[in-house]
Amino acid sequence: MIERYLDPQYAPEAVAKDVGIPAGKIRAIANELARVAFDEAIELDQEWTDFRGETHTKMTGRPVSFHAMRGISAHSNGFQTCRALHILQIILGSVEAPGGFRFKPPYPKPATIHPKPHCKTTPGAPLDGPHLGFVHGPEDLCLKDDGSPARIDKAFTWENPMSAHGLMHMVISNAHAGDPYKIDTLFMYMANMSWNSSMNTRGVIDMLTDQDENGEYVIPRIIYSDAYSSEMVAYADLILPDATYLERHDCISLLDRPICEADGLADAIRWPVIEPDRDVRGFQSVLCELGAKLDLPGFVNEDGSQKYADYGDYIVSHERKPGIGPLAGFRGDGSDAGRGAPNPKQLERYIENGGFFVEHVPEGANYYKPWNSAYQDWAVKMGIIDSPQPYLFQLYVEPMRKFQRAAEGHGDRQPPEHLRDRIKETLDPLPVWYAPAEDSHIDPTEYPIHALTQRPMAMYHSWGTQNAWLRQIHGMNPLYVPSNLMQEHNLVDGEWAKVSSVHGSITVPVMEMAALNENTVWTWNAIGKRKGAWALDEKAPEATKGFLLNHLIHELLPPKGDGLRWANSDPITGQAAWFDLRVKIEKAPPPSESQPALPTLNSPVQQGPKNLEWKVGK
Amino acid sequence: MTTLPTQTNRKLGLVIDLDTCVGCHACVISCKGWNTENYGAPLSDQDAYGGNPSGTFLNRVHSYEMQPEQGGAAQLVHFPKSCLHCEDAPCVTVCPTGASYKRVEDGIVLVNESDCIGCGLCAWACPYGARELDAAAGIMKKCTLCVDRIYNENLPEEDREPACVRTCPAGARHFGDFADPDSHVSQLSAARGGMDLMPEQGTKPVNKYLPPRPKDTMEEIDILAPFLEPVAKETTGFMAWLDKTLEKI
Repeated sequence: MIERYLDPQYAPEAVAKDVGIPAGKIRAIANELARVAFDEAIELDQEWTDFRGETHTKMTGRPVSFHAMRGISAHSNGFQTCRALHILQIILGSVEAPGGFRFKPPYPKPATIHPKPHCKTTPGAPLDGPHLGFVHGPEDLCLKDDGSPARIDKAFTWENPMSAHGLMHMVISNAHAGDPYKIDTLFMYMANMSWNSSMNTRGVIDMLTDQDENGEYVIPRIIYSDAYSSEMVAYADLILPDATYLERHDCISLLDRPICEADGLADAIRWPVIEPDRDVRGFQSVLCELGAKLDLPGFVNEDGSQKYADYGDYIVSHERKPGIGPLAGFRGDGSDAGRGAPNPKQLERYIENGGFFVEHVPEGANYYKPWNSAYQDWAVKMGIIDSPQPYLFQLYVEPMRKFQRAAEGHGDRQPPEHLRDRIKETLDPLPVWYAPAEDSHIDPTEYPIHALTQRPMAMYHSWGTQNAWLRQIHGMNPLYVPSNLMQEHNLVDGEWAKVSSVHGSITVPVMEMAALNENTVWTWNAIGKRKGAWALDEKAPEATKGFLLNHLIHELLPPKGDGLRWANSDPITGQAAWFDLRVKIEKAPPPSESQPALPTLNSPVQQGPKNLEWKVGK
Repeated sequence: MTTLPTQTNRKLGLVIDLDTCVGCHACVISCKGWNTENYGAPLSDQDAYGGNPSGTFLNRVHSYEMQPEQGGAAQLVHFPKSCLHCEDAPCVTVCPTGASYKRVEDGIVLVNESDCIGCGLCAWACPYGARELDAAAGIMKKCTLCVDRIYNENLPEEDREPACVRTCPAGARHFGDFADPDSHVSQLSAARGGMDLMPEQGTKPVNKYLPPRPKDTMEEIDILAPFLEPVAKETTGFMAWLDKTLEKI
């Protein structure tokens, strides 16, 4: 670590210009982190015993913490940058210390106890295991016998070996290209891929409608489920109208992304509070029915009948393994937490409790969780892990080194020649910085500005962004431009600018923002809507002034003369590199509406009422 | 027109922390939700899915940018605005029917909707723009401090506070009695320099706003300066090991 990080290329003076923070301030921040961690350490009078059996009389806290979320992972160097931040916290001693970065149940867990991805398909049988997971070396990649990708999104391949989330942004592009293979049916749920959930929106629309020389669709069948008339609905051959959150069961489970806090294990449900007034069904209930119709072993009884009446039944009755189900609370006779037999009254107990369940981490177990035997024992009792085991930090990540060694020529499973150098450079077992991929495929001096989006907080947990109240808060999305660029381009609020990337251009309204990096512009994500979608009037500001940045971002990087098209993704995790985008801006005469303006969609639903006058009570 | 009480037994109100408010609008939506489903005329929306949607809100968040005079990065300040339940409430004294009134028992400013004629004088009189005439009901609407929650024994005790306070994920909103100097809102306001909005208007608002803390004040340092001083010839410990390691490179 000393050899690497004391290298002059990482010195404050060397990076100050790129990061936009003066060297002296970088030093001040570093000094402050260390000063607070060590000079302002706190002590709790709390005895604890580590996994080696050694008892400590106090818990030392180092009140420094930082979080890396969507912004960093939306860069092609995001995984390594994120790891660098975690390593910094580890060496500050602030992970799982009082005042520091803390895990929320069901974490921490050793990486080795997670499932690995499975890809073996057998006609008439389910997949041989979970389709997502953690790879620990080349032996875990999802490759066919001939070395080609097994999955349509090319997850868990040499292009992005540790792609634990899959690559949603590549599915349509790969299916259209027939690379790695063609598909006959695209089946999707709540993913607005012909609009804001895709890079290269216009291109994806063309892929969804493209026909081959025989006049057949290149992607022959598209099935889509959504509660609303989103832009994607227009491209589906079969629409499965979903119920809204108020009309169906949902489960915010420990097995997925629960509502836990650092001090408590918690999960929650949604349950139908109104009857649908139209012919819709909750998609998860539809899956229970489809699973039974397809005779999937997990969804039928021994006599072949449907196992789960609906999703509510599944939530209560399904067991991942004996005693462990989607919900941790009120199991068994209603008093069991974590582990316990299915309780037919479980949903009623959740509703009585306000829709959630929480079990607090016992005192003395709530810090140093990765190494605290009291926590390990509690985690076993709660069903988070099956036996007490520590989670030891890997500063040097051996699985990454295994990929590097393969790229160096070691082992049976070998990467394709064209990926060897990139794997050697990027899958470094110690965090390393390399420039975002786009920077080496375009001319950064021609496109000097970074452009990105964020989801409005007001809409963070809302799929229905056409909601009458929310659209009064965010009904259009200007491009926020820093003061220096507003002046440079002679722009004032409400004027329009043409924003171009190497891939495309848009013409959009601008607004000045002083609290912004001077080389960055941004806008709200998913406010811009296509005319005819979301049951909105064609004159809705979302459609006339709102816009998508997606038109500027391609799922593939531009050709650079090596005969290859490189994915616009993190080469380790396959995460879409949305934020690598570089643009230039110029003042534009005001168009009648944001450009590009795509033709109006035919809406399969009526428009909402003109005015809303709510009724109160009965 | 309508008279104010000479004094109130309690002064219920809000402390709103402009330092921790992140502008998520959760308070705006929870307010509209609660006050549409409960006490008084519901809050309507016009042209709800059209080109120019508008509606009645009792609480709105306005966002401003601040460029500190002493330098440092510009800051966004999110400013949630609702009725301040003023001690000298000009919206009450201007009311021609007595519909607007300030309660003696707790200082909450309310509108008796059956007496409101929708003349809008109170909204003109309020210097804060905190009242909104509902276009469908023709009745003046305003923050009630969720008067139908705070005394509601049908609700669990932790829910007996205004919906905006209950929902705020940042802990930026606090509810309590400013007549009691020991209440947590009085203490918090005193400790953090709680401010009146536009005190020159003489309205004596009960709600207090906590100012944003100064940010980006860290001074640049040359942390290497001490190490450039002459050091002892014989280094020991970590520095000796570091020297040796670096020499090898």
